[in-house]
Amino acid sequence: MSQDHSALFPENLPIEPEKATLEGQNKFFGLWFFLGGETVLFASLFGVYLALKNSTAGGPASEDLFGLGLVFLMTMLLLTSSLTSVYAMYHMRNHDFKKMYLWLGITGLLGIGFLACEIYEFAHYITDYGFTFRSSAFGSAFYALVGFHGGHVLFGICWLIGLLIRNAKRGLNLYNAPKFNTFSLYWHFIDVVWVFIFTVVYLMGKVG
Amino acid sequence: MSSITATNKRGFGAFLWDYLTTVDHKKIAHLYLAGGGFFFILGGLEALVIRIQLIKPQNDFVSAGFFNEMITMHGTTMIFLAGMPILIGLMNAAMPLQIGARDVAFPFLNSLSFWLFFFGGVLLNVSFLLGGAPDAGWTSYASLAMQSPGRGVDFYIAGLQIAGAGTLMGGINFLATIITMRAPGMTYMRMPLFTWATFITSVLILFAFPPLTINLFLLMFDRMFDTAFFDVALGGNTIIYQHLFWIFGHPEVYILILPLFGLFSEVFSTFSRKRLFGYTAMVFATMLIAFLGFMVWAHHMFTVGLGPVANSIFAVGTMAIAVPTGIKIFNWILTMWGGQVTVNSAMLWALGFIPSFTIGGMTGVMLGSAVADYQYHDTYFVVAHFHYVIVGGTIFGIFSGLHYWWPKMFGRVLNETLGKVGFWFFFIGFHLTFFIQHFLGLMGMPRRYWVFLHDQGLELGNLISTIGAFAMAVGSTIFIINIVVTAVKGEKAVADPWDGRTLEWSVSSPPPYYNFEQVPLVRGLDPLWIEKMEGDGTMPPGEPLDDVHMPNGSFLPFLMGLGFFVAGFGFIYQTDYTMAYLALYGGMAFAIGCMAVRSVKDDYGYYIPKEELQKALEGEAK
Repeated sequence: MSQDHSALFPENLPIEPEKATLEGQNKFFGLWFFLGGETVLFASLFGVYLALKNSTAGGPASEDLFGLGLVFLMTMLLLTSSLTSVYAMYHMRNHDFKKMYLWLGITGLLGIGFLACEIYEFAHYITDYGFTFRSSAFGSAFYALVGFHGGHVLFGICWLIGLLIRNAKRGLNLYNAPKFNTFSLYWHFIDVVWVFIFTVVYLMGKVG
Repeated sequence: MSSITATNKRGFGAFLWDYLTTVDHKKIAHLYLAGGGFFFILGGLEALVIRIQLIKPQNDFVSAGFFNEMITMHGTTMIFLAGMPILIGLMNAAMPLQIGARDVAFPFLNSLSFWLFFFGGVLLNVSFLLGGAPDAGWTSYASLAMQSPGRGVDFYIAGLQIAGAGTLMGGINFLATIITMRAPGMTYMRMPLFTWATFITSVLILFAFPPLTINLFLLMFDRMFDTAFFDVALGGNTIIYQHLFWIFGHPEVYILILPLFGLFSEVFSTFSRKRLFGYTAMVFATMLIAFLGFMVWAHHMFTVGLGPVANSIFAVGTMAIAVPTGIKIFNWILTMWGGQVTVNSAMLWALGFIPSFTIGGMTGVMLGSAVADYQYHDTYFVVAHFHYVIVGGTIFGIFSGLHYWWPKMFGRVLNETLGKVGFWFFFIGFHLTFFIQHFLGLMGMPRRYWVFLHDQGLELGNLISTIGAFAMAVGSTIFIINIVVTAVKGEKAVADPWDGRTLEWSVSSPPPYYNFEQVPLVRGLDPLWIEKMEGDGTMPPGEPLDDVHMPNGSFLPFLMGLGFFVAGFGFIYQTDYTMAYLALYGGMAFAIGCMAVRSVKDDYGYYIPKEELQKALEGEAK
């Protein structure tokens, strides 16, 4: 059994290193399909939320709770992080490993900022309003939907940190390029879901 | 051949280790068939208990509580742990060969899919030994499941969540495989119907399983963490569960039947020695069924009270599915028309399928009429209907597929005599069991009841039904005997025992672990048949002979499954014992740790040198 894997580490990378190998293509399609499934997953949660959003059982309602200032900040943080991950992919296609790392690092920091805001938001609801996962059907639906999204952000950040540490000293090659690309796709998806949460949960909850 | 003889020489430990770490789609298919087969026997025994209890009025063979566990576990086991895994096993066995690929897109994930299914299934069934199995029906409606005492329903939640994750991964895997790994010349409209069915079924899995995942999460949160999704006092709504369940559940029944539609297309075409009639129509009918399958979930909820407009829309949608299904039935009949039909075991099951499934489809249209459904709802008429489509379609198809591909999978041809005897026992038993249930249902016998009363005209029908169930058990047993007999002294299979038409018959039986020395060049639909008619009967190579890249085996999928299995116990028991958090966090940490190992450790696979392939090619030429 031969163990020559030099094909994965060529002198000159192709223009789209993330899709140059069959494994890369498979990961690309596989992740897109996964996101298709995730879309239905979140659609189910949105459906549950829409069905239960007025079932406050005498507890706080969405108008009492939500503050659009914080949510606007969170939206800005997450949308900007999507943009920075695009920059990172741009530099990957130019084979500029250092700049890719720089922009991925910024993406991660923005994600952490978003998550910090979300934790603050949840803590605020729980301590100041007594609004919890258990207090009403609205509470359950709210924390399930927004919390699932937050969990996805957390997972994405862990994924990114793992990628950055593991590949820090290796440079870009055909083995790890698909990994960065799939992360970026996932991260965009998380942002798109947030756009819907911002609209359906917060805007409609405040003014709808 | 060298790899096979090597397997024989090694001990049982090495054999076991080989299967625990394999990422080869053909061996994973064996695992799926063994696992699914085991659960099929278990589900069959549960069915027998149900039928023995209902053999006479006011029987006390089992208690009411145990009867509830039996109906729940029979349904859950047969659908999630027997039907789907066996289908995924057949897909694993045949699909990569049919498109001329060396493996699936994600071999590691393929192994993980299996182990998640396996541990999920075991977790679900362990509940029998730990204070009682789930007892809220296979649908486990929230209004009932929330009231179910004990831990049974929690086992249902944890077991299905783990097994479902594996199925979802399998779906994604097959989709990526079919898109990126088809051999040169294998365009989409040259793919065998079974491959098409695998592709479309995978789309169904991908979009249908997430609602189940969410539903199980909601039920888990409510039962284990006191949330209020289904707690009416806090504004919850149990109808949400029904909607989400059937948004999953209706596509699920097409997940169970579409692969067999593909398989029957192969069987009819092969054993009629004719090209499939209406190939294009068959492909698009499959797509249409899949699409409509997502549009009709509320026909399970006609009596909930959604209102006449919703009921009418879903009734029309439901009946519309009969159109593409009818196209298929006619195309199969026209495939046989004028062909040289060989009636062997595989073909017998396929022939038995057509009338049986058509009856099931017809009662489906009857149930689809919302007005009439108020009469049929929750009676044995429904039980008869879905057994006609699931047994008459899925199980007949599975038996047909096993007879058809057994030589390819295991290198031996199943015994024909035993195959035919088994078929007739099962076929007659099946109709005895379920045909009469239509009438029991129309006479008002409700489903899921523990006992029925004297002097209501239900005695004879139930007795006949129970007798039929035993005949089906005999038929199944004969099949198991057939497996043993074939393994001991079965006829060795040649590469192409059925004079086949598709690529899997162009390689040896069983195929070498790399499938193809050179990926074949496909010149049209039924590529092997084209080469038999217009070429020299062998596939021309689609690539120069070169080193072949193969994935490494891994023990990690098994360990990940084990981690989730342990975590499942933690989730179930954390409401009772604080110590259970140890299992919860420990199991999760272990599984995630295994994932981290997988991520951090590079796995480049290995190469088979072309000299070895050259030698194999020369061996075949001799």
